[in-house]
Amino acid sequence: MPKVTQKDVERVAKLAHLELSAEEKQAFAAQLDEILTYAERIDSLDTEGVEATSHALLRDDAFREDEERPGLAREEVLRLSPSESNKGNGLIRVPKVLP
Amino acid sequence: MNPTDLTAVQIREQIGKGSLSAREVTRAFLDRSDRLEPQVHAFLSRSTEDALLRAQELDDLQARGQSAGRLHGVPLALKDLISVRGMPCTCGSRILENYFPPYDATVASRLLAEGAILLGKTNLDEFAMGSSTENSGFHATNNPWDTRCVPGGSSGGSAAAVAAREIPAALGSDTGGSVRQPAALCGVVGLKPTYGRVSRYGLVAFASSLDQIGPLGRSVADAALLLGVIAGHDPQDSTSAVEPVDDYLNQLEGDVRALRLGIPRELPTEGMDSDVLDSYRAAITTLESIGVESVEIDLPTASHAVACYYLISTAEASSNLARYDGVRYGFRAPGQNDLHEMYRRTRHQGFGAEVKRRIILGTYVLSAGYYDAYYLKAQKVRTLIARDFDRAFQRVDAIAMPTTPTPAFRLGEKLADPLQMYLSDIFTITASLAGIPAINVPAGFSRAGLPIGLQLLGKHFAETTILRLARAFEQATDFAQRRPPLE
Repeated sequence: MPKVTQKDVERVAKLAHLELSAEEKQAFAAQLDEILTYAERIDSLDTEGVEATSHALLRDDAFREDEERPGLAREEVLRLSPSESNKGNGLIRVPKVLP
Repeated sequence: MNPTDLTAVQIREQIGKGSLSAREVTRAFLDRSDRLEPQVHAFLSRSTEDALLRAQELDDLQARGQSAGRLHGVPLALKDLISVRGMPCTCGSRILENYFPPYDATVASRLLAEGAILLGKTNLDEFAMGSSTENSGFHATNNPWDTRCVPGGSSGGSAAAVAAREIPAALGSDTGGSVRQPAALCGVVGLKPTYGRVSRYGLVAFASSLDQIGPLGRSVADAALLLGVIAGHDPQDSTSAVEPVDDYLNQLEGDVRALRLGIPRELPTEGMDSDVLDSYRAAITTLESIGVESVEIDLPTASHAVACYYLISTAEASSNLARYDGVRYGFRAPGQNDLHEMYRRTRHQGFGAEVKRRIILGTYVLSAGYYDAYYLKAQKVRTLIARDFDRAFQRVDAIAMPTTPTPAFRLGEKLADPLQMYLSDIFTITASLAGIPAINVPAGFSRAGLPIGLQLLGKHFAETTILRLARAFEQATDFAQRRPPLE
């Protein structure tokens, strides 16, 4: 019985807002199963009382004054959007949000 | 004098003396690149006209008796994951095919401020996810030593361009070995600095707790030169380290005789190529012959590093890649009825198979019910791996390991088997997880004539130590003198 089924892949793809083809679902289920089976070797290590490391070297003092600073030019940034119309009014057009 | 025979340090000297102009040097590399690109395919984009104009400006500056700085007139290439204003930044992905960043990465502005000339952007596995550069959304890159083989990855374009002398040196990025592994497979020097040593501002994120930019060159001195320019604190990156930056280049020739070199007692030799093992043993003998003392060490958790890495890096990637939604930049799938369908279809069409696989894996290990068993457990194992190194570095100044288990493999050989591809990072991942610096230096050739690398790992912020060791090794051997059979 595989650990990762196509149903799992579909569930996770939905969380990730990622459409997958039938072939991708099938291939990823088998590959993820293999990768996670390999990864479970870490279960053999005793990590009782061991702290989790999020960054190898994390600074806890990287703060600056909350001062206003120049950002990127608005028009230049808006030009990067693939939005097809409404250019020039400072907005990005997207399809309707509610289906 | 053919400028393409010279290293970055030598180019800088020749231009400084006036025996070469920046324009001559730039022209020579562009011409060589024109000639070799049909065989190597190292670049995704080149900026020929801009590069020649800039070279002329630098020559004019020198004619007025001024120098732009430590890289005056040196042509460089950047992995196409590093933002430069006015140049494309595809990240090897169709989803960013027409993206031009509106700002410079800190490393790019530092290189430019010292007089570098950026000739172009190099190929990579999509979003740096891969070990062969075959996951590029545009084309594969061929290994200059045997064009039927991969150059390694993910900085395969940078490594191949340097090995083919299409460029004297380049920058890559290293998350689990993406500078060191292609450097080993292409027979060049590649350095992953300490996490935080080099600013990540403007480096497109893959796994933020691991990503680090590093130099590739044909000599240890070139790696030292570039690191000296790009290293240092940057207020734009909150993980950027405040530790002072050494003068790596001028401290390169220091004595290595008193150094103690750790040799892991047990290497995961399963699946390891016998030529690589022979070269590794010979390299240790070479280092001992120049006075380095070798000491056996234990890294008991190292065999769990690949498992730990692929849980952590995919989790971080799934989060970082959420930003590619077709709204603000990049590709958007046309003709969609609602916003969520647009997201799903944009990401379906824009991402390649490996990126999708890692988003799915990363989302899976972060999802409810699996977080503790996979992600949190992996972060605890990461602590154990870091402790292994802390213990070892109480007794030694550096550690030697192979960089890769095999020389370059054939194009297509591992594409169908993701786990086998992941295992090609088995020796580079431990340093990434611990955040310590590590360098690849050429250390031999297989019987088939493919390069083999030696990896030297150091303590946090001890780049000078491993650069010195690598330099001493380079001087004691002639592997860096050999050239790939191109022309």
